[in-house]
Amino acid sequence: MTLSDVTLIPVARQHWLTPSRAFGLGLLALLALFSLLGPVLLGHDPAAQNFAASLAQPGRDYLLGADHYGRSMLVRLAHGARLSFGMALLTVVTAAVPGVLFGLLAAWRGGVLERVLDFVATVLLALPGLLLVLILLAFAPGTFGPLYLGLALTLWIEFYRMTRATAATVLKQPHIEAARLLGFGSGYILRCYVLPEIRPILMTLTAFGMATAIIAISTLSAISVGLQPPTPELGAMIVELLPYYDEAPFHVLMPALLIVLLVLGLQLTARGEVR
Amino acid sequence: MGRLLLPRVLQAGLVILVVGVLCFVLVRALPGDAAMRIAAGRYGPDANITEAAENVRRELGLDRPLLVQLGGSLGQLLRLDLGHSVVTGLPITKELRIQLGATLWLAGSALVLTILIGPAVGLAAGLRSGGFADRVSLGGAVILRSLPPFVLGLLLILLFAMNLGWFPPAGYGTWRDLALPALTLALGLAAISSRVTRDSVAGVMRAPYFTFARLKGLPPAVVVRRHVLRNAAIPVIAYLGLQAIYLIEGVVVVETLFGIPGIGHALVHAVIARDVPMVQGTALVMGLLFVVITAAVDLICHWLDPRPKRA
Repeated sequence: MTLSDVTLIPVARQHWLTPSRAFGLGLLALLALFSLLGPVLLGHDPAAQNFAASLAQPGRDYLLGADHYGRSMLVRLAHGARLSFGMALLTVVTAAVPGVLFGLLAAWRGGVLERVLDFVATVLLALPGLLLVLILLAFAPGTFGPLYLGLALTLWIEFYRMTRATAATVLKQPHIEAARLLGFGSGYILRCYVLPEIRPILMTLTAFGMATAIIAISTLSAISVGLQPPTPELGAMIVELLPYYDEAPFHVLMPALLIVLLVLGLQLTARGEVR
Repeated sequence: MGRLLLPRVLQAGLVILVVGVLCFVLVRALPGDAAMRIAAGRYGPDANITEAAENVRRELGLDRPLLVQLGGSLGQLLRLDLGHSVVTGLPITKELRIQLGATLWLAGSALVLTILIGPAVGLAAGLRSGGFADRVSLGGAVILRSLPPFVLGLLLILLFAMNLGWFPPAGYGTWRDLALPALTLALGLAAISSRVTRDSVAGVMRAPYFTFARLKGLPPAVVVRRHVLRNAAIPVIAYLGLQAIYLIEGVVVVETLFGIPGIGHALVHAVIARDVPMVQGTALVMGLLFVVITAAVDLICHWLDPRPKRA
């Protein structure tokens, strides 16, 4: 903690768009483009089989080859990326909205509400997130519902805590009191003084949360309790293709590389500086 | 000491509560009559199964109000009465005792390996921040952090088991079987701990007492040993507490990937088979293991830095 943190003297803001964040955002933009346009432009069904092309090498007919059922790898990768992106975004938005709202409420009102929310957070954090998701998955193995619920239940806590801590420090500042005395309403104060302070943290937490969700979703389907084949899910694709590693090593590595690029892009975006 | 451990004891209680309540709901949410299921599991398909089911219902009190039943099952958990596996029919505690050994071996060797790798790399990087070692370890850490444990484990299998043939790709029994799974977890953990160590060491080297120790004429090696190591270790150990989540989650994944007959492996298979008593037992032990690791980290931090913490 530096002196400026303690006294909250405004210091020159660090440049937001650091080179590594720019790289991360660029990577994410490319991947998002691939996952949004890929399924539309390629037009193929990710489940369309062609046994004549089983384990085809990358070439003219299949740009990135075909898997053991002769399904186009490129099409499946595009669908897999869209699935991962979409599910991660949905989970994080579901976690962020109540997290931020509860955080603001707790900082604003305090009292019983804050204590109840804190208790719920402590209860949920007693178990590592993956264990919670696994128990919930026992209700309905192989479906997205429990996965989504479990991840959102673990992820909202970070949003709640950060929002509450930041909002509580901001609300104690003299310029907030001045704004109140001048007769500005609560909505104005939240919008113009509190939200700008929360926004950068929100961005970081969203990117981290999405990385966590993408890792969890692919991991769980790789250990065959998450989404099942033939869903074009990246983790499931890796496991499906693993027995054919000797004939087609790149087929196994491509979905793995896609997961790594997704997570790398999100982490670089979240952190802002490489460290 | 007591004030240090009290939160962890409460956390252990919460683990039992969360796992117990969730599994209780799970049993009631599964389709079919619970009493009938238990009777079928006990006596096999039988002509007078309805009668047997009624007996089971009365014996286990399945006709009592739900809250009473919940209280009863939580009480059983507190007495460590975990019941029998629906799949194998063996007592859960007996199965868990065997599996816990495998899990502890894996987690223990992963911790030892990561303590050998992470802080050593971090120290080398931090003593010369901005230097070659710093940059290489930074690149390695960024890439390792982007690899989910199962992908990292898979890459290690492909490299060391399939291409080089140094270690077996799966199995359990000898240290050779344990090498790749432990390395998977250790590398993932070291990716974070090496950077924490580096920042911490670099921070100590900027501190006035470091400059003073050098100015009064102590040779660099002595300064590092006496002043840098212990001070730099505090945040590194404190971070191990946060990494306990990664370790526990990683154990589940890595055991399943490498086919190690541990608790995480059993948990995943119990989820697939919907063996609720087994899900409950394994999740409980994993959760408590997590609490024990964090408690140990708290104690070590207290020993390294006995100054009382501000709340």
